[in-house]
Amino acid sequence: MKTLTTTFSAFALIAATFATHAETVQVAVAANFTAPMKLIAESFKQDTGHTAEAAYGSTGKFYAQITNGAPFQVFLAADDNTPAKLEAEGMTQPGTRFTYATGTLVLWSADPALIEDGAKVLGRNKFRKLAIANPKTAPYGASAVETMKALQVDQMLAPKLVQGENIAQTYQFVSTGNAELGFVALSQVFKDGRIAEGSAWIVPAEMHEPIRQDAVILKTGEGNAAASALVDYLKTDKVKAIIRSFGYQIQ
Amino acid sequence: MGFSDADLQAIWLTLRLASLVTILLLLIGTPIAWWLARTSSRWKGPVGAVVALPLVLPPTVLGFYLLLAMGPHGPVGQFTQSLGIGLLPFTYWGLVVASVFYSMPFVVQPIQNAIEALGERPLEVAATLRAGPWDRFFSVVLPLAKPGFFTAAILGFAHTVGEFGVVLMIGGNIPGATRVVSVQIYDYVEAMEYGQAHWLAMSMVIFSFLVLLALYTLNPNQRRF
Repeated sequence: MKTLTTTFSAFALIAATFATHAETVQVAVAANFTAPMKLIAESFKQDTGHTAEAAYGSTGKFYAQITNGAPFQVFLAADDNTPAKLEAEGMTQPGTRFTYATGTLVLWSADPALIEDGAKVLGRNKFRKLAIANPKTAPYGASAVETMKALQVDQMLAPKLVQGENIAQTYQFVSTGNAELGFVALSQVFKDGRIAEGSAWIVPAEMHEPIRQDAVILKTGEGNAAASALVDYLKTDKVKAIIRSFGYQIQ
Repeated sequence: MGFSDADLQAIWLTLRLASLVTILLLLIGTPIAWWLARTSSRWKGPVGAVVALPLVLPPTVLGFYLLLAMGPHGPVGQFTQSLGIGLLPFTYWGLVVASVFYSMPFVVQPIQNAIEALGERPLEVAATLRAGPWDRFFSVVLPLAKPGFFTAAILGFAHTVGEFGVVLMIGGNIPGATRVVSVQIYDYVEAMEYGQAHWLAMSMVIFSFLVLLALYTLNPNQRRF
């Protein structure tokens, strides 16, 4: 009997340990943040014991899913409007919203020789198609349109625009050469502190509104230790360094 | 609320695309269906399987390979460039080509079934009456297999209207050229404009219901697929 009690208490202890120290959090993550999130999830597991299970997709789709009861506890959006909207609708845990990264826009081509002198390639207009993300739904698309307006090439280039439904598809159009160049997220073409392939012009931040990407704990994440641990973890210097290494800024 | 100008443009584009694709598919699909129905070649299996591939492949696979094949480094892309017509992705004609592949089984299979159901007998009788091959096709096969052609045309049309994944992969969302109704609905949902999305989405539901209702009412005895 004694052994049985001991065994039982041992089990209870282990179960309790797991319950408080190793929970799982379901995270909805903006597509442009896919690469850094994979690294962050790994070191999050190592450092805290918690597991972050990420789903990657468009912010608009996540909004529809979250407002219709999707089981995400944390949301890393591609913009600041959508988390604010969820907050106003009472779908989030109040006071948890913050900017985890500020995106950098880049004009990129798979052709290493195409973009030699920055924005001038746009003015020369010697290409067939220019890919941008849908400005109505994707923050990077809206910033691309702002940039072209600032350069006063928006009217001239309008007939050459093709739109990806999100930034990942826009990258696909350019990397397959179907569009010679396009505005994508720096995080997609940046590796170890430099442009990994092709040629690029990093758009100066003053040419468009900052692409603030906000994170928030959702109502469903209340009481989930892993959810608050993840949000705290995103604010550590270690994670900030990871995020910066993908070309994002942190304010 | 109601349809915006952009919605009407998308609807008109979708109807134009589906009509052209249906006509092309009847022209291309009929000889293929005829051959598949009557051949005993060892190529019958492989050809039938290739025609049926879009039934089982996710549109992302088809769209991805079409994007690569029609791109500047792909075989189709190099061919179209050598003809001097440029590249197909992000154009109306690119969607036409993609839709012909994508909707092919929906046209070939009903026609093939209808021709197989005829059997050899009517054609042999016609041949003994000295009807040539073309005469046999137009005077015997076409009238007898009419329900099959009818089903094929309706399914080909409806399936092209309902196409989404492939268009998304190779379309580039260009108003008047590649922004079809399904993409327009997707954009509304992504932009959280659910009111506008409902208008178009509900119209699609009603349209699709009416098409299938017409198919089943006018053509009750035909095998469905």
